[in-house]
Parts: sequence; structure tokens; C-alpha cells
Amino acid sequence: MELEKSSQNSSELELLSFRLADEEYSVDIMSVREIRGWTRATPLPHAPYHVRGVINLRGTVLPVVDLSVRLGMEPVEGDARNVIIVVQVGSQTAGLLVNAVSDILALPRTELQPPPELAADAAHSFIEALTIVDGRMIRVLDLSAVLPDDNVEAA
Amino acid sequence: MATDPMAEIRASFFVECEELLESLQDALSDMDEGSHDNETINVVFRAVHSIKGGAGAFGLNALVAFAHRYETVMDEVRCGRMEITPEAMKLFFQAADFLQDHVRAARDGAPPPDGSEPCLVALEALMGGAPVVEEVEEVTDFQPMGLSFDFGPADEETTPSQPVWTVRFKPTAALYASGNEPLHLLRALAKLGTCTTRCETDDLPSLEELDPEGAYVTWVVEITGDVTDFDIREVFDFVEDVCELEITSGGADAAVGGFDLPPLDGLEGADPLSADPFAGTPGSEPMLELPSDLPGMPAPTPVAAPPQNPSALEMNNPPSLNELSATPAPTEAPIAAAAPAPAPAASTGPGASVPSGNPPAAKENSSEPSATVRVDLDRIDRLVNLVGELVINQAMLAQSVAEAGLPPNSAVMTGLEAFMMLTRDIQDSVMMIRAQPVKPLFQRMGRIVREASSAVGKDVRLRTEGETTEVDKTVIERLADPLTHMIRNSVDHGLETPDKREAAGKTREGVITLSAQHRSGRVVIEITDDGAGINRPKVRAKAIEKGLIAPDAQLSDSEIDNLLFLPGFSTADQVSALSGRGVGMDVVRQAIQGLGGRITIHSEPGKGTRFSISLPLTLAVLDGMVVNVANETLVVPLSSILETATLTDDDIRALGPNTNVIHVRGAFVPLYDLGAELGYRAPMESYAGGIVLLTAQENGTRSALVVDSILEQRQVVIKGLQRSYGHIPGVAAATILGDGQIALILDPADLVSNASGRTRSQSFALAG
Repeated sequence: MELEKSSQNSSELELLSFRLADEEYSVDIMSVREIRGWTRATPLPHAPYHVRGVINLRGTVLPVVDLSVRLGMEPVEGDARNVIIVVQVGSQTAGLLVNAVSDILALPRTELQPPPELAADAAHSFIEALTIVDGRMIRVLDLSAVLPDDNVEAA
Repeated sequence: MATDPMAEIRASFFVECEELLESLQDALSDMDEGSHDNETINVVFRAVHSIKGGAGAFGLNALVAFAHRYETVMDEVRCGRMEITPEAMKLFFQAADFLQDHVRAARDGAPPPDGSEPCLVALEALMGGAPVVEEVEEVTDFQPMGLSFDFGPADEETTPSQPVWTVRFKPTAALYASGNEPLHLLRALAKLGTCTTRCETDDLPSLEELDPEGAYVTWVVEITGDVTDFDIREVFDFVEDVCELEITSGGADAAVGGFDLPPLDGLEGADPLSADPFAGTPGSEPMLELPSDLPGMPAPTPVAAPPQNPSALEMNNPPSLNELSATPAPTEAPIAAAAPAPAPAASTGPGASVPSGNPPAAKENSSEPSATVRVDLDRIDRLVNLVGELVINQAMLAQSVAEAGLPPNSAVMTGLEAFMMLTRDIQDSVMMIRAQPVKPLFQRMGRIVREASSAVGKDVRLRTEGETTEVDKTVIERLADPLTHMIRNSVDHGLETPDKREAAGKTREGVITLSAQHRSGRVVIEITDDGAGINRPKVRAKAIEKGLIAPDAQLSDSEIDNLLFLPGFSTADQVSALSGRGVGMDVVRQAIQGLGGRITIHSEPGKGTRFSISLPLTLAVLDGMVVNVANETLVVPLSSILETATLTDDDIRALGPNTNVIHVRGAFVPLYDLGAELGYRAPMESYAGGIVLLTAQENGTRSALVVDSILEQRQVVIKGLQRSYGHIPGVAAATILGDGQIALILDPADLVSNASGRTRSQSFALAG
């Protein structure tokens, strides 16, 4: 299914929230291109562990990142319930493998707060902001940090 | 696409410029190799001349000025008044390079390039002040252009109080034949100052004797105003070879017995333009309308009827025509020339049948005609993509038909087979469209060599071989930078200085050979210099100094050579303007790998160095063998597979604790387990009964790859892996199989060079 990119004013932020292990994360909906059901990815040899492989997205080769591994958790198992969120950051497109998509949230930007500095957690550097919705803490991911870095790995 | 017709004409002019520049380079190379025959020199001359002509039509003054001076020098050569020395050749090449810069600058609307002046001055110095003799007989070779008949602001008559110039301008037939237009020249003169124009018609024969394509009239223009001789010459810049021109300062020439023409603006409509035999071509602007008050003329008559209707013209107006030759009307000459023009004009080459909107582009008469169509590259790419999709689709269809379990001789299967053949043909044809000869690329390199060698003070000759080898356009484009870099390196580092060369018993002139050829389904481009070869001790020392290798590392010669490809490596003692900035061969190698290619060095001390670049023919499809390894589907390029075999225990010999070789046809070939090399599984206990693909590389090295099973052999569409993963060792690209799954395309040579070679399971535990 293709999500419609709704226009929004700058004070409001729309987030696509999804479940990863038992926790709730989200990304800016403007960077989401589509959501796909689980397909088996072709593994890439010598690729980083979090790169699950590549899938065929209507004729183009799309790398899939296991977001759970990327954030330092157990790999997503990969069955029919899991989904791949196709995101675009700049010119880079990638799929994020997550457990399940849960919700679309609209909230004012003022409700976002920067994450506290905690050095012990790898996931911390991937999180752009935190917010509370209905008593649940939602982490807003920094996509450019999550996706494979052109420069570092190409060198 | 631009809708402005002028923009299109302009674009086609620049495309033709590129072609002319190419033929210019070719001819110069021929001259350089000693063919000083007239035809070769003429090609050079014509190319420059045609560019100048076209540029003039677009008012590209800087380009015109440069081309003109270049052309003047070439004309000297053509007339045999100048000797062709190596120094002269160098200057000719340099000037050709500058001409190219000028063309590019003009095309992009950029300011003209700097530094062309010294080159021109040096060129002109070669002429040694030889007098420029006008070539009356010259036939210029561009087509007539359509002209608009608007009049420029003409000046009123004034009393000649300021300096007076008298310009006697007698066009030859060639001037008209080349599409030049006296009116424009006269008008340009009129802009310089106040003009009084007279037309001399003494030479005009009677109508019966008149050659319709001849030129009989002479204009005498007196210009008053602040005008220099140069200004006037400039006006006639383009036509000075095809007219007789006298420019004298002082009052009216008493010897001229012509008729006073009214000032230009009084001529409104009855312009001398029609002296051009082709001006009356249908489709051009409103025809000549004669003012009715002209003496000796009957009422306004359709004098300028379309040339195709000579009879109509004569019927309507016989008396006037007869009268014309004797009538002292200002418009007499033009009409006389225009009226009889039609029929013969149509029979002669340029012009007559050309509609007025035709581009004033320069046409190279000598180039052999080959019908070509210029197509936007985007359209071809779209076609290539579509065909790629078609191939995938066809594969999917074939798969589902196979799954449906239809008998092999059913109509569907036969039809599908025909479909497959067609798809393949289409694909081949589409790929052919994109293929282009490497010649333009090599010509660019000629320039790089010239520039680089003069910068470092070495004598270098570039030899090219296999220029007609065709390669995918994208490959050619993306090859330009790495090749430039390597050529510069060869000039700067590879070749010695002339003195050192002499001391080594070589010619002072270094030779760099650039060759291209097809070899086993790939294109191999080689850059060979006859320099000193790689100084291995120095390379080694440098690598140790830079901490790239351990001081006690044992390296083979080729390993040392390959150190050049390490990032940040530069052997030049001094950083020159050309190279040695440390972004060197590693960037080159990356670029080549990005194209799915490989680069290897072969060097012999004292004899030279050879860089071989091996590239895939196309970036879009390849024939591959689909294999299965540890439940993963992989594609191995068919071009790299020599044979396939099933292993027996006897074939396998242990080489070391971790490695095996197999014994095939009297040779030992290293064994690689694809599954283990790609990290899909641990090396197996025994490879007996396994299937191996025997692969060969360009350099002849063979290797055996173990796979689980061979699925099929088919054509696959290459899909690039996103750059985000950088270079995956052993993997060239990916493709989409009939079932929609992605399969990786292997690069066996790269795989082997990065391989561990571990094919014995006992060591696996150690390796972790």
C-alpha cells in the first residue's frame, strides 16, 4: 500500500510509528515512500550484519536494513507479519525491516524533546527526538544515521 | 527539445563543429605522420574554414576571429608557402585544441578561453610575414542561408568633411555561390559611417551573353566617418577570398564611372540582395518590389517571380528585361542577375533547391555520406530500460509457462521460443545503438598528451590503435577521467626526460600507445609507454615510508606494482602541476571498478609500463550461468567460464593445510568454494562429486569455483547495487530472476583476488 503524502504545516509533524521488538519507534512520514509486505531478501556477502540483503522493488535493487539489528537488538525473524518500510533520505532509498507498523501520529513539533545523553546505548545515536503519546514513549529515528553510509563503507 | 528554430540550428551547428574538429584532428594526425599531400591539408583548412563560416552566421565573433587567423596560417600551408615542421605541427595541434575550446565556449555561452593569443601569435610568426594573397578561386563550402530582408539603419547623405574611404568591391561568382550577400556587406559598411554607394555595371554583358551565375557588378562605396582600414576589412572578412576588394583612402575615385545609388534607405525593397541568384527561391521573404518611380522601369512588375517560373517572368515582362542591361536604373544590376537565374541555378549544387530556412551550417563536402539520425540519449536510455524490463518479463513468462507443465512441442512453447529469439535480437540491436567507437575519447587523450608533455618538457607521441572499437556510450564517458589521469601519469612518471632517454639508448621522443580491442566478450584498453618502467625499489621504499606495508614484507614484483593503486600513493619526488597530488591510481581503479572493469599493470624495467583496463561491453545485459550455492542463486558471467566439470576424489589435491588445487587437463588450478568465499557456509568436508566452474581471466589465470548445482544458462539484465555498500568483493552487480528474486552477479576475477582460498574444513574452526 502506498501512503499518501499529505501536506502539512511546519508546526505539525506526522510520524509513522512501528513496533520493533516490544518498543515503539517512528519516522517522519514524509520520508516514507511505501510499505511492503515481507519478502525474502537476497543476502549480500561481506555486508554489515544489519544489512539483511537486497529485494526487488519493481525492477530496482533495494537494500534492506534490519532495523532491529541496526539498533543493537535481536534480528527480526522475518515472517509474513513483518513489513518493510521503504524510506528515502536524500537520493538514497532503502527498506527498513520492522516487526509491524502500528500507527500514524500527528503532533506539534513542540512536543518533541531531544533524547538525553546516555553513552551506554548504541541506539541512542540513532534517535533524533522523543515524545509521549497516550502515555507511550515514541522514539523518532534519525534516518540518515540508520541508513548505510555512502562514504564510510565505499572507502 | 528547444522549440526555437534558431536554437535548433545553432545546436546542429555545434554538433557539426564537433565532427569538423574530429576530422581536423584526424587530418592533423595524418600530417604529423608525414602525409603532407594537398588533400590532407585541405581537410584541415576546410574544417577550420567551415567552423569559421558557421560561426560567422551566428555572430560568434571570438570564434570567428580565432578561426580566421588559424585559417590564414593554414592557407599559407596549403599554398605551399610554409614548411611543415614538427614545431609547426605542434602549434597546429595546439591551435586545434584552442579552436575546440573556442567552440565549446561559444556553445556554452562562456567567455572565450584565455591563452589562445600567444598560440596565434606563434602561428603567425611561422608565416614569417608572408603576404596574404587572396584566393579568388576558392569555393567555400557552406550552404546559402536564408536571409531576412530588413534594412539596417542607413545613414543620410552628408557632405564628406571627415576622412573618406573608397571601397571598391567586386564580388566574384564564388561569393554568390557560397551564399554570401553583398547587401549585408554594404549594410555593414553603412553602419561604419555615412556611405555613398555606386554600382558599376560596365562589365555587364547583354542578356543573351549573360551567365546567370556570373558576377558582373562592382560597388563603389564612399564612406565618411571615423573609420579605419581595419574596420572596413573586417566587414569583408568572410568574402575577401571570393571578391576583389580595393580600399583606398581619399575622395571619390575619379576613374569609376558608375551611377550614383540613392542612399540605402532610399532603396527600400529594391535591394541589391537579389543579385544573389538564389535569393528569389520560393519561401524566402517578400520579393523585390520595385519602386514605381524608378527611371526606365515599367510599373511595378513581378520581377522576382519564383525562379522556377522563368516563362512567367518573361511573359510578364519581356521589355523590361531587355531594357535592363542598358537602363541606368540603380536596381539594374540586381535585376539583371536575378531574372535569368532560375533554371540553371536549380541544376547546380548548393542553394537553388534549398529552402530559405535551411541552416547556414557548414557542410563538409568531402566527408562520405552516411545516413544518420541524431537521437536524444534519454530516449535511447528509456528504450534500453524498457527492453531490460521486457527481458525480465519474458523470463517470468517462460517460467510460468514451464510451471504450467505444457508439453515442449505445444504451440505456446514454440511461440515462446520465437519470442525469446526476438527479445534477444531487440536487445542486441538496442545495445548497438548505444555502442560508440572510442575514437573521440582517444582524440581527447591526444590533447592531454600534448598539454602534459609540454608542461613537463618531454617529447611525447601518442599512438592509437583500434579506434573503431565500439563500447557502450556510458563506459566511454566514464572512462574519460581515469584515462586522462593515467595518460598524465604516463607522461609525467612513466616516460623519462629526453636526455635520460638518449642516455638509455632510446629515441628522445617517448611513445605512449593507447589501444582498444575486443577480447573474450570484454573491451581491453591498454596504455603502454616505452619509459623506464616501474622503479620497484623506489615504490617499495615509498610504501614503507608511508606505512602502507611493513618494512619486512616480502612482495612479488606484481604485488609491488599493485601498490600504486593504494590510496595516497605517489612516487613522484616532486609534486608537479600534472600529477602527484596523491589522488592517483586508487581513484582510477575505483572508477574502473565502478564500470565493472579491472585494471592491471605490467612493467618491465627500462622498457616501459603497460596498464590494461578490461571493461564489459555493455552495462546493461550479460550472458550468465545461473548456479545454486548454499541455497542462494548466483549468476556467473558466461564469458568468464571455460568449462564445467564434476569433481572426483582423484582430481582434488591438497596444496596446503587450508587450500586445494584440482588437476585439470594437465594443469593445477586453485579450488575456491563459492559458498565459503561469499560467507554462506563453512568449507565442506569433501568436494568429491561437486560441480566446478572453470574460469579464466584476461591474464590467463584459471581458477575453479565450486557450486552446488547449475540451474540454467540465460541472459540477465544487470542492475547496479546501490553505492551505499561500496564495493562488495567478488560481486559485480545484481539481476532480477524470473521469479522476481534478486540474484547476485559474480565477478570471478575479483572474487579470486579477494579470496581466502580456504577449501578445507579442518581449518574452519581456527578461522572462526
